[in-house]
Amino acid sequence: MFGRIFAVFTARNREFLRDRGTLTWNIVLPVILVFALAFVFGGGGQNEFTVGVLDALDEPDTARHPFMETDYIEFVEFRDENDAFRKVEHHQLDLLVEFGPPLRYWVNPDSPKGYFAERVLLQALADAPAVKEPIIGAPIRYVDWVLPGILGMNMMFSCLFGVGYVVVRYRKNGFLKRLRATPLRPWEFIVAQVFSRLILIMAITAFVYAGTHLLLDTRMEGSYLLLFVIAVAGAMSLISLGLLIAARVTSEELAGGLLNMITWPMMILSGVWFSLEGAGDFVRNLARIFPLTHILDAARAVMLDGATLATVLPTILLLLLMSVLFLAAGAAIFRWTPR
Amino acid sequence: MPPALEARNLVKQYPGVTAVDGVSFTVAEGRCFGLLGPNGAGKTTTVEIIEGVMTATSGEVWYRGEPAGTRFREEVGIQFQATALQDYITVRETLEMFSRLYDRRADINAIIDECSLTELLDRDNRKLSGGQRQRLFLAVALVNRPRLVFLDEPTTGLDPQARRNFWDLVKRIRTQGTTVILTTHYMDEAQILCDEIAIMDRGRIITQGNPAELLQERYPGLIIEIPVADIRGDLATLEHRLIDEAGLVEIVAVDVAATIHMLVPEVHSLNRIKIRQPTLEDLFLDLTGHLLRA
Repeated sequence: MFGRIFAVFTARNREFLRDRGTLTWNIVLPVILVFALAFVFGGGGQNEFTVGVLDALDEPDTARHPFMETDYIEFVEFRDENDAFRKVEHHQLDLLVEFGPPLRYWVNPDSPKGYFAERVLLQALADAPAVKEPIIGAPIRYVDWVLPGILGMNMMFSCLFGVGYVVVRYRKNGFLKRLRATPLRPWEFIVAQVFSRLILIMAITAFVYAGTHLLLDTRMEGSYLLLFVIAVAGAMSLISLGLLIAARVTSEELAGGLLNMITWPMMILSGVWFSLEGAGDFVRNLARIFPLTHILDAARAVMLDGATLATVLPTILLLLLMSVLFLAAGAAIFRWTPR
Repeated sequence: MPPALEARNLVKQYPGVTAVDGVSFTVAEGRCFGLLGPNGAGKTTTVEIIEGVMTATSGEVWYRGEPAGTRFREEVGIQFQATALQDYITVRETLEMFSRLYDRRADINAIIDECSLTELLDRDNRKLSGGQRQRLFLAVALVNRPRLVFLDEPTTGLDPQARRNFWDLVKRIRTQGTTVILTTHYMDEAQILCDEIAIMDRGRIITQGNPAELLQERYPGLIIEIPVADIRGDLATLEHRLIDEAGLVEIVAVDVAATIHMLVPEVHSLNRIKIRQPTLEDLFLDLTGHLLRA
């Protein structure tokens, strides 16, 4: 059994590593993106001002305070004040407000945008009383924030297209039919594909991360090992999803359509490029069905906030559960040959 | 001793089409059995049902006295008509990978030698010619020291020299006692390689037996071919067959000299007549009313 898995695993690794074009693209694309974004956005990020509103019960209500009628400020509701404080500390929120009485606000004195947001608030308040609470901390640059997004996106494309497309191609050109005529079982083939892609994508991701981390001195507050575990669980969930999609499809065109249908919403809604904190509940809840959302949330929690295993364990377990479900469904409906 | 293979009343139906319609045959150990017929006759479907890569609508396949199962997969080698191998993998790596899929393993170096692959071992699968690929496919089918080998249209697309080389290879495999199931639409291939044949048309076996015996039963003599354009009489006194597609009349002659003597007054000239041995192609034409490769 292990001999058969190892045989298919080794052959697939060789095939991938010798396809220089694909291999190069898997490494070069994320590096180009990270450096391009670091250059374009410098240390900043979004140009709009972002103000958090602490409110445990209600949605931010623009009728409640003149400050909330200010243009060019995005107001984001927070129910977890520690989460909001951390974002002020990292300059991800320019200002945090709790409408009192008395009105309280938190601002980072080292944040230039925080300074301007505070001036606008004070102007809106006129002479009304307000309590100022300073929070001090170094900023998180956009490149720090977007690095896990780009690595995750690269992982997503590599896992879904790299596995899904290959399996469909194998089925279409008859290689799977050839394998079916041997003692190899479907689950052995699937396990070999999962581990082959897992090892290759982890090696590529680790290489790209190490390079960008060293060259751009990106933020890492937590454990590298924990980040690695999250990446492994995440990659497994994405590979399994790719195998599920490719389990029966016989046309590369259909496979491409299905894979695009999955990857594009994930790329837009999973927080690769920008945070979804300002988005509505529907969009944020929709994003929770995608593995990539959970991968990026957990990775950023470790990299930017120093989250521990206890904090991200539920996410890791959820990703592993997704992997098991996708794999089981894929193995159950797997087809060696076109109908 | 149970037969090496037994197909029992195999049926494969698609909506509106019965591709295989009650096919049954038995192959004894160590024999070469040929499944013949034109493209679309149901040969490949029949064989793929037996190989286990396609599910039959009904029917059973028995291997060495038991329903084909795990042992069958372990002991059978298959060369498919249409298949592919992985890109960027060399010939040697391909053979090693397939070898590791089996508990039964042949000596890879012996197979490499047998299939004349020594010069190609480090070549990428993508860079093999048609004949080289066919030899590699056959080598892949032999990596598990199979007791039964399926060869599905193994020489289609090969040049005459490559076909003859391939036949020699199959003959060598047979000397080791391996049972061979061959599907082909080349009648000469079947006549040279097979101990027994079954001719299929429209999903059914229309005749079965030893090639030489089948021909002897049907054709007691030689066949004389005359171009239709050379005939001036009506040949009423001679039993003959008109082949429209070829523009020929064929006569089976037990006594060739006597038949030609009778022909002389009925033709303009004897310059273009041909006298030849009957072939399986003739048999197929007689049985079905159409040419094998039409």
